[in-house]
Amino acid sequence: MKDTDFFFSALLKLVEGSSLSSPKFQDGLRLPHLRSQILLFPNCPFLFSHFHCSEMAMIDEPLYPIAVLIDELKNEDIQLRLNSIRRLSTIARALGEERTRKELIPFLSENNDDDDEVLLAMAEELGVFIPYVGGVEHANVLLPPLETLCTVEETCVRDKAVESLCRIGAQMREPDLVESFIPLVKRLAAGEWFTARVSSCGLFHIAYPSAPETLKTELRAIYSQLCQDDMPMVRRSAASNLGKFAATVEAAHLKADIMSIFEDLTQDDQDSVRLLAVEGCAALGKLLEPQDCVAHILPVIVNFSQDKSWRVRYMVANQLYELCEAVGPEPTRSDLVPAYVRLLRDNEAEVRIAAAGKVTKFCRILNPELAIQHILPCVKELSSDSSQHVRSALASVIMGMAPVLGKDATIDQLLPIFLSLLKDEFPDVRLNIISKLDQVNQVIGIDLLSQSLLPAIVELAEDRHWRVRLAIIEYIPLLASQLGVGFFDDKLGALCMQWLKDKVYSIRDAAANNVKRLAEEFGPDWAMQHIIPQVLDMINNPHYLYRMTILHAISLLAPVMGPEITCSKLLPVVINAAKDRVPNIKFNVAKVLQSLTPIVDQSVVDKTIRPCLVELSEDPDVDVRFFASQALQASDQIMMSS
Amino acid sequence: MNGIGGEEVTARAEPARPLEWKFAQVFGERAFGEEVQEVDIISAIEFDKTGDHLATGDRGGRVVLFNRTDTRDHGGNRRDLEMADYSPSRHPEFHYKTEFQSHEPEFDYLKSLEIEEKINKIRWCQTANSALFLLSTNDKTIKFWKVQEKKVKKVCDMNVDPSKALGNGIVCSSISTSSKPCIANGGCVNRTFNYLSTDFSFPPGGIPFLHLPRVMSHETSSVARCRRIYAHAHDYHINSISNNSDGETFISADDLRINLWNLEISSQSFNIVDVKPANMEDLTEVITSAEFHPSHCNMLAYSSSKGSIRLIDLRQSALCDTHCKLFEELEASTSRSFFTEIIASISDIKFSKDGRHLLSRDYMTLKLWDINMESVPVATFQVHEHLRPKLCDLYENDSIFDKFECCLSGDGLRVATGSYSNLFRVFGCSEGSTEATTLEANKNPMMRQVQTPSRPSRSLGSLSRVGRRGTDSSGADTNGNAFDFMTKLLHLAWHPTENSLACATSNSLYMYYA
Repeated sequence: MKDTDFFFSALLKLVEGSSLSSPKFQDGLRLPHLRSQILLFPNCPFLFSHFHCSEMAMIDEPLYPIAVLIDELKNEDIQLRLNSIRRLSTIARALGEERTRKELIPFLSENNDDDDEVLLAMAEELGVFIPYVGGVEHANVLLPPLETLCTVEETCVRDKAVESLCRIGAQMREPDLVESFIPLVKRLAAGEWFTARVSSCGLFHIAYPSAPETLKTELRAIYSQLCQDDMPMVRRSAASNLGKFAATVEAAHLKADIMSIFEDLTQDDQDSVRLLAVEGCAALGKLLEPQDCVAHILPVIVNFSQDKSWRVRYMVANQLYELCEAVGPEPTRSDLVPAYVRLLRDNEAEVRIAAAGKVTKFCRILNPELAIQHILPCVKELSSDSSQHVRSALASVIMGMAPVLGKDATIDQLLPIFLSLLKDEFPDVRLNIISKLDQVNQVIGIDLLSQSLLPAIVELAEDRHWRVRLAIIEYIPLLASQLGVGFFDDKLGALCMQWLKDKVYSIRDAAANNVKRLAEEFGPDWAMQHIIPQVLDMINNPHYLYRMTILHAISLLAPVMGPEITCSKLLPVVINAAKDRVPNIKFNVAKVLQSLTPIVDQSVVDKTIRPCLVELSEDPDVDVRFFASQALQASDQIMMSS
Repeated sequence: MNGIGGEEVTARAEPARPLEWKFAQVFGERAFGEEVQEVDIISAIEFDKTGDHLATGDRGGRVVLFNRTDTRDHGGNRRDLEMADYSPSRHPEFHYKTEFQSHEPEFDYLKSLEIEEKINKIRWCQTANSALFLLSTNDKTIKFWKVQEKKVKKVCDMNVDPSKALGNGIVCSSISTSSKPCIANGGCVNRTFNYLSTDFSFPPGGIPFLHLPRVMSHETSSVARCRRIYAHAHDYHINSISNNSDGETFISADDLRINLWNLEISSQSFNIVDVKPANMEDLTEVITSAEFHPSHCNMLAYSSSKGSIRLIDLRQSALCDTHCKLFEELEASTSRSFFTEIIASISDIKFSKDGRHLLSRDYMTLKLWDINMESVPVATFQVHEHLRPKLCDLYENDSIFDKFECCLSGDGLRVATGSYSNLFRVFGCSEGSTEATTLEANKNPMMRQVQTPSRPSRSLGSLSRVGRRGTDSSGADTNGNAFDFMTKLLHLAWHPTENSLACATSNSLYMYYA
């Protein structure tokens, strides 16, 4: 209640000041802020009673906050206006459905030259406003304010307004749609500024289905015009919404009208429009009959895959899987395989990156023979591509090809590629291979790889960039599970300990986590043999930062190892460290002890931990005393609750 | 060297008559002997696409906007128009609209580098509704501005009448004076929400005496808001920004790199050109200016300090380090001197409106290139030939590094560029045109024209014979020897649709029409 007291006194001052002579309160700016604070502490009943007796509030006490909320729709402070808009539904309920329709909504329509943040919030709120205006039969009153929001300059406001209009339109009754929604779409599409026309494109798929036949023809014609608009922004919006709109158009018109619109878009001068038409290929392809798809969409895709602009080809490479799905398996094999092979051999590295990243997904649609015959040679080329990013993209997916090609082909064909990528000079490439090791393990086992794996891991583990080292540490638990205990013990155990002594904190931190995850993977018994002794050994490191890492590792390991090992092995080390000469170690000991308290037996806490903490709580260093007393308090609480 | 095709063509076509330039307006005129403040010196000037708006930027980081007022008859302008003598040929007339502080001086602590607030370039973006959008840049940071007419509002009829409590009305204007959101414990807002929506049940008909505040609108005023800041992408000084015809991207060029941005995304940009050599000691050439083609979204041109212009095709590859066209005129090796490379450096390039031609300005000349002919410009106009004997002095006082801008008329028939002593020159570049006018940026621009010979020579010997009298403070002799190198006209812009020029001389903006 500390805060409420403050505001109470502030309010009292305010109320007393109603006869105001003090110049401080004549400054109108202060008041709204203070009033808004009342809203923050609504559970404090006496606040409102005070207002009741003041002449300032003519309004019943419980309504005061809502009155303020309404007033603040027009406050000078944008934050308060935002708050009010976010609670528009509350205001609407306070006004009732009828007055919401007749007053609030027109009010919002008129006051639309606000800041974009406020308009964005308004657009969002109005999308779920149907219950507050009296249900679906009154939904059309919500259209005018959203229509104006569809024309503002800020893209995100327009997008939100369109989204809200779609949401409302989807619930509206058919006659209402015809009467008010469709005219709205037409008005926007004929808007003077491009902003309105851009927004209109996203509304056709809601308007179209309920339109009568003549209107449908008109809507299709309007959409076709939008696709030829002077402004590239409008054409882009038309292109990206084409799929949605096409899905609502009858099959007959789809082939005639929509396909011709689409063809225009595919030949647009602006690369940015053609880019979006690529996405349209997949969307339209799914709507068309297979034979129409082959006749109309397939040539477009093949053309796009040879477009002058690398960005368009990049889009094709990126969308390839969806495009294949759209045209079906047979045309994919006959026509898209050559297109894909071209993309894999594209001049532009960006295109090859996109294409290389889809190689596994693409091969999954093909049968293994085709993949081996056509795709694999390209994959071999890509594995020695001049761009490291291409190799890296390839490395991140190539392991997935193993299950597709089967054991023999993997050993014959893929394994050499894996091995060469494992020796790549670029660490990302090696890391990507290692991260997907599990996929190949299922097919051919890890033995064939392990010879090359180890040098790769060791090299990464010692990379001079700490981010690379960090990345490989993240994969160690995965590697451990794939390689098995035996391999791990021989080769990788030493590395894990080495990271605990890394120069970079993030690496030591990750290394501590790593030993915990290893202990989880292989179990406490194994950890007792292979981790605990080595870790505990390092507590004697001359550098206090390394000793701190060990303390951290201990606190992580304790829950995994269980109370017994914790008491016998870990705890003594920690207690011992309490005598360290560095205060940082000592207060970390206090923290670790606090974390160990719930794990070990109460008797151990009483006998060992608490005495140690008591001793630390009398340390000359203030921080040590602080953390020690905190730990003591925590252990008191545990005692009390149990 | 006088490229346009020689004298024999003059007879064939009736060349466009030379324009009679008349003074139209001046903004920020200096009183005699008035000291010019450094921060007031205009450093960028740009018409928007329609020509209805003009923006200038200055060394103090401010952007000033002007509105064309002669085309529309609304409201307050009518009286002005009635009062003005109606001449049959109306010329563009601009009024001051608004100004705002675009950039502030900064300090880069990592590099111990002061960043000047000086506006290097302004570019207009697509107008939407009534709001104007423009990009402005200093050496390092590009900003996206939205300038909008906002109604000054008066809110009245509140539920909780503030006047009773205060004895004083609250006037809320929509222009926030940016009082910080003052919610003491910011996190509590949600709590209120819960309270109001759950603990409270309203009667089904609503509460009758609550009402919405009423808003009375009064006059409007222009408000500029910075919508986006594109920062930290340039290691060197930004010399150009240019919008793409697709309406969603723009480029920014510094000495060594060109970056491509999406207008909506300020957090990342793509490097498309990088001329930085692996070893900076091998550096021989820097980028001086860059511009997108006005209609082909994939083409962009950039100029270099070695006097070449490269046209690149963004479709070919993501990194456009290889050009698809190189416009370069090889200087005869005999005439080479110490200054050859310095004066070859191109200070500005501009595409013509139809995108067919490219205009470039180097220290001595203006060159007009056909983008289909790389080896030689279609026309070369001598601007500073008379200064050739003085290059040594110009080098010593650094004037030789002045960066003059150039511009083309909307119809592509004329080109213009600035010079010293507040002079600027307009040349006809249509076939057979002999137009070559020298004007001085003051209220009486044609004074100099009298002496300009009408012979079809492009060599501007004329300049040196111009007698300098009257208002000029430097008092040059008849040989033009004492050109006033301190008063230079670097920035000028041609109205996109009419024969109207805006020229900046230090802090003054002169407008001319013909």
